[in-house]
Amino acid sequence: MTQSPPKPQQPGSVHAPHLFPPYTSSVKRAPHELLIPLPAALENLHGPVFGSGRLRPDDHDTTRNARVNGEPLGERVIVRGRLLDSSGRPVRGALIETWQANAAGRYVHARDTHDAPLDPNFTGTARMLTDERGEYELISIKPGAYPWGNHPNAWRPAHIHFSVFGTGFTQRLVSQMYFPGDPLLAYDPIYGSIPDEKGRQRLISRFDLNLTQPNWALGYRFDIVLGGSAQTPFEEPDHDH
Amino acid sequence: MTTEPRAPLLPEDSNVPAEAFGPSPSQTVGPYFHQGLVSFQGLTGLLGDRTVEAGSDVPGERITLTGRVLDGDGQPIEDALIEVWQADAGGQYADRADAPFTGYSRAHTRTPGHILRIHTVKPGSAGPGLAPRLNVWLGMRGLLTHLITVVYFEDEDNASDPLLALVPAHRRLTLIARREETPDGPVYRLDFRMQGEGETVFFAP
Repeated sequence: MTQSPPKPQQPGSVHAPHLFPPYTSSVKRAPHELLIPLPAALENLHGPVFGSGRLRPDDHDTTRNARVNGEPLGERVIVRGRLLDSSGRPVRGALIETWQANAAGRYVHARDTHDAPLDPNFTGTARMLTDERGEYELISIKPGAYPWGNHPNAWRPAHIHFSVFGTGFTQRLVSQMYFPGDPLLAYDPIYGSIPDEKGRQRLISRFDLNLTQPNWALGYRFDIVLGGSAQTPFEEPDHDH
Repeated sequence: MTTEPRAPLLPEDSNVPAEAFGPSPSQTVGPYFHQGLVSFQGLTGLLGDRTVEAGSDVPGERITLTGRVLDGDGQPIEDALIEVWQADAGGQYADRADAPFTGYSRAHTRTPGHILRIHTVKPGSAGPGLAPRLNVWLGMRGLLTHLITVVYFEDEDNASDPLLALVPAHRRLTLIARREETPDGPVYRLDFRMQGEGETVFFAP
């Protein structure tokens, strides 16, 4: 034994520790040394900056943005929510990117070898900007569960990856949205790595019949709350009420 | 300073009940993030590994940051994502979407040799005593919560930098990129080591 045992990491109770052995990929990738606290004076980095000019009208709609010869297969979903800072204020004009498996649980990715069909009309990639109320809308297909090699009989719960930019470096967040009532959540070490039960709940979307469109798509609500410093350098003085 | 009140999270239109309000937890980017964040399958104009286009008149020396991300066994990690946030050559961070230089770029290690490359402008000092630096966000399969680090340049005066001063002296070299002159211009090399011998210094926000 030449190596000292890893020290526990404590990024905060909301976020998972870096070393979480039930998630086997963390074992060789989690730092052993304690992190050095970043002084507040040095972390106030604005950005990122991503204007609406580079988005196209269907970028937020995976049921349309990769069509080749027809409709993608699966259960259509509308995901709508708000992007908020830790004080509950809307984060406006922020970039959200999403990616996900198709209805059969297969990613458009060379490394995904799951024996499930690809969908010629679906890549599962979307992006959008939050509006003046901090709201976004994603139109997509409900992703399927898929097996992964973490442990015997390991299946990821259905999820959509969310990449979210706030107004500063320390607000940058990559997370995942899950669906209510998924029995696989109880067995998933990625979801289960989150130490705080309320934090885990925040990653589960809520079915919303009011958002559900008759004869077309099921509606889900999914609010995202950014931590980090709550400074809002782009915030205009409040004059809308 | 805004006076905007905290938005009520009404149970009928939110998945977060008021008593559970708080930051959304981080989750890993997983092995398939290229599809949504760095490849060109479907969407165009994604954030890329280049902060300035060829022929751009944005001032500053064009440089490339390159390196690998190594795991605890010293093996190159093939599915790491790196994002750089930086100041321009004058030390200014962008503060608006249409700034000529936004200072943001993103690259990955799903490449030959698992080598990442960022093509950018060498940043200037952002204030008295502050050494020029790249601010780095690092995500990958196996990281449930992303990591933050910084890259300094060996040909700059880093002696009085207040952030580097917080780092134990014997670990500072893990943050300082080596400069090489190549036919394609100056290249700064730095490997990121996730754990063990020569482990990169990571910071907590």
